[in-house]
Amino acid sequence: MSRKPFIRPVQTTSWWLNQGRYIRYMIREATCILIGAYSAVLIVGLIRLGEGKIAYEAYLAAVQSPMGMMFHIVALAFALYHTTSWFNVTPKAMPLTFADKRVPGGLIIGAHYAGWIVISGIALFLVGA
Amino acid sequence: MARSNKPVAWSLFAGGGTLAAFLTPVLIIITGLAVPLGFLSGDILSYERALTVLQNPFGKLVIFGIIFLQLWHAAHRLRITAHDFGIRADTAVMIICYGLAALATVVTIFTLLNI
Repeated sequence: MSRKPFIRPVQTTSWWLNQGRYIRYMIREATCILIGAYSAVLIVGLIRLGEGKIAYEAYLAAVQSPMGMMFHIVALAFALYHTTSWFNVTPKAMPLTFADKRVPGGLIIGAHYAGWIVISGIALFLVGA
Repeated sequence: MARSNKPVAWSLFAGGGTLAAFLTPVLIIITGLAVPLGFLSGDILSYERALTVLQNPFGKLVIFGIIFLQLWHAAHRLRITAHDFGIRADTAVMIICYGLAALATVVTIFTLLNI
């Protein structure tokens, strides 16, 4: 008969508050809530657009109200956190080799940031900035 | 080998995460912040312009792709994070997360087809 196994006690909901890196991990995971909520805001916009001009303009007014702007500022902060955390793990998630040598991680990360700037610029150009 | 739906969920998560990393910040700026902050003219979000873009099949496809991938990325990450909060009822969590994403995807499709 085996001894009673030792199970390390872990706080099931608050374990991540003990260390900075766990908190950063949870912030990274929480970005999905804001990305999901922002998607829902976009879907509501599409529904309002289909309902006609009055409905769509009321939607725009709500988005651009102080509360709407507050939401978008928070969503932007979390989206930027997602972007940086996503790019910073790319050398581990997607290690590349070139001519039998590992491509340096900094190069993979840097290429992502460069691409991000170009894509954001193209998006702003397309909407007419 | 055991069959698993993990590759499908994971590829949507990875694809959505990559799209969200590259596009979501600028998208939030365009649709939510640029106009009220006076950075872009209000015309860019006008009813007429939004209608023109979204009556175009290519415009519909682009917006659908963005929303679809963002949704499934968020759903998958939320499911995994529920586990980190000690929620072990993964089947129920999976049904709620993926179910909401599926529902929102269907609503998006029908809405776009009706514009």
